[in-house]
Amino acid sequence: MAGQRARGKSLVIAAVGWVVAIWIFFPIFWMFLTSFKGEAGAIATPPRLFFVPTLESYHEVFQRANYWRVTFNTLGVSIGATVVALLFSIPAAYAMAFLPGKRTRGTLLWMLSTRMLPPVGVLVPIYLIARNTHLLDTVTGLALVDMFTNMPITVWMLYTFFREIPVPILEAGRMDGANRWQEITRVLLPLATPGIASTALLSMILCWNEAFWSLNLTSSNAAPLAAFIASFSSPEGLFFGKLSAASTLAVAPILAFGWISQKQLVRGLTFGAVK
Amino acid sequence: MATVELKSIRKTYTSEEIIKGVDLSIESKEFVVFVGPSGCGKSTLLRMIAGLEDISSGDLLIDGRRVNDLAPAERGLAMVFQSYALYPHMNVYQNMEFGLKLAKTPEAERREKIMAVARTLQLENYLKHKPGQLSGGQRQRVAIGRAIVRNPKVFLFDEPLSNLDASLRGQMRVELATLHRRLGATTIYVTHDQIEAMTMADKIVVLQKGIVEQVGSPLELYDCPRNLFVAKFIGSPPMNFLPGTVIAASEEQARVRLASGQEIVVVAGGAQGLIGAAVTLGVRPEHVRLGHAVENRGSGQVELVEYLGSAAHLHVRMQDGALLVIQTEGGVRVHADDAVTFSFPAERCHLFNSEGVALHRRSSGRMAA
Repeated sequence: MAGQRARGKSLVIAAVGWVVAIWIFFPIFWMFLTSFKGEAGAIATPPRLFFVPTLESYHEVFQRANYWRVTFNTLGVSIGATVVALLFSIPAAYAMAFLPGKRTRGTLLWMLSTRMLPPVGVLVPIYLIARNTHLLDTVTGLALVDMFTNMPITVWMLYTFFREIPVPILEAGRMDGANRWQEITRVLLPLATPGIASTALLSMILCWNEAFWSLNLTSSNAAPLAAFIASFSSPEGLFFGKLSAASTLAVAPILAFGWISQKQLVRGLTFGAVK
Repeated sequence: MATVELKSIRKTYTSEEIIKGVDLSIESKEFVVFVGPSGCGKSTLLRMIAGLEDISSGDLLIDGRRVNDLAPAERGLAMVFQSYALYPHMNVYQNMEFGLKLAKTPEAERREKIMAVARTLQLENYLKHKPGQLSGGQRQRVAIGRAIVRNPKVFLFDEPLSNLDASLRGQMRVELATLHRRLGATTIYVTHDQIEAMTMADKIVVLQKGIVEQVGSPLELYDCPRNLFVAKFIGSPPMNFLPGTVIAASEEQARVRLASGQEIVVVAGGAQGLIGAAVTLGVRPEHVRLGHAVENRGSGQVELVEYLGSAAHLHVRMQDGALLVIQTEGGVRVHADDAVTFSFPAERCHLFNSEGVALHRRSSGRMAA
């Protein structure tokens, strides 16, 4: 009886899981299909599920824009912002986790609160700062902004991971003669590698998908993939085929990346919660 | 080896004082045990000696040199943690090597030292294992090995056996004591287990609420506890305590009337001023004698008998309702509900005044026995 009920319960949970997963995945799936339909097929009503695939949209996308360049820009922004964010976040999270002061808690919450602000609220000052420092439309400028907006999250995540490291292990390192630097690099970081990897992954994904600042702070030189997609939506009206092809091209790398690293990512994001 | 000296050591967290002025000197090669209930400050004191906690005030001297402001490693100490605190990402060899590497010991020398320690601790076959693949006892050995290999002046142990099961604990206790004799290193050992303290220590420091209650050899503490707290804490099963009143006293003896009306003569000095005052009579279960006696008699009914094989513990309800534990030889033929008589040997009894301070005893009962 109890076994049957438990089985029934797990079936329901599985079913709900599938519904949610399909619900979330459907737009991506539809975009993928549309990208192979060509412009005429893309706007056909009723939409067709079965059709003869064509690469026509992709051809046009590659002709109209420099896909490799924008991908390269995106990579630069994502990797650059992530690496620099980690360089600052690791010492910050270390201090907060192991040497907390009276204001640590408050500082953490304050950092997080900056994420609650709508970015558009600081668009003008940031735009002006970027312009005056000649960082407009540069990979460096966009990477800097992405880094700052993501740092609250990377610090929080690392803080949570570091808190899971047993303090006596670090103290043992200190007893063994490790100075602060050695304690971090030789003891803490190797132990926290899974956490740091998850944090890096998440930061990469956030930078990759970031659109607001990409659209506002870059134009031709430093345009990342988000701007690349957007460039297919505007002036001459909507061309769903090309838009879908561009979007597919833009999300494919990060999707593949996420797929490969999903185990790490899930473990990282649920760390502490389930353990 | 090294001496350690604590002078008015204090520790204050925000507004609370955790260690309230500890003075202590530890001789070279001595095995000192800090013992006390949880929260008494024994671990904090150890961590202050280690350099993992700041010293709020007072001086800490190692070999006569003030080390308050030195980093842990510069103090020449090694510590074994309760949780072992091995580096999970390093194998056994690397765990022991870490400190030597940081000290820039040449590789050949490192290898030689580690192999010697591994032989001593029977870890030779596990050098390539990660801590996760080892049993509790083996991890403990690695933790000890990591401490030994650095050849420190002083060893610090923070409840190192409390994560082990009972049989392994007994075995490791013997190993640690043997190791200490072989290395002859000054050792400070923290535990809440009075059996560990009694069996291993040259000197026991009993702590309560950040204050040193008594310092002495295990037998000094057992024979002449300075106050009720130490009397309760040292000895297993714990000492019996019976309330009473002093009715007569001489320079060396006191006559105490218990609540049951029985009168007991106790060897205790300085009770003359306490006539009429409430006192507590203490007697250890192993010192109560079963059977008829002329003096210092008592009687009661057995409520429970615990047979331990080599000994038996009789839980006896006295006439006034007080419960008394008597330890006898294991073969005793006494059962629950039996009436028994017993006596308290005068020279084995302890007397505590209303503040819980022991009255002075003429040397120790052990010499009289």
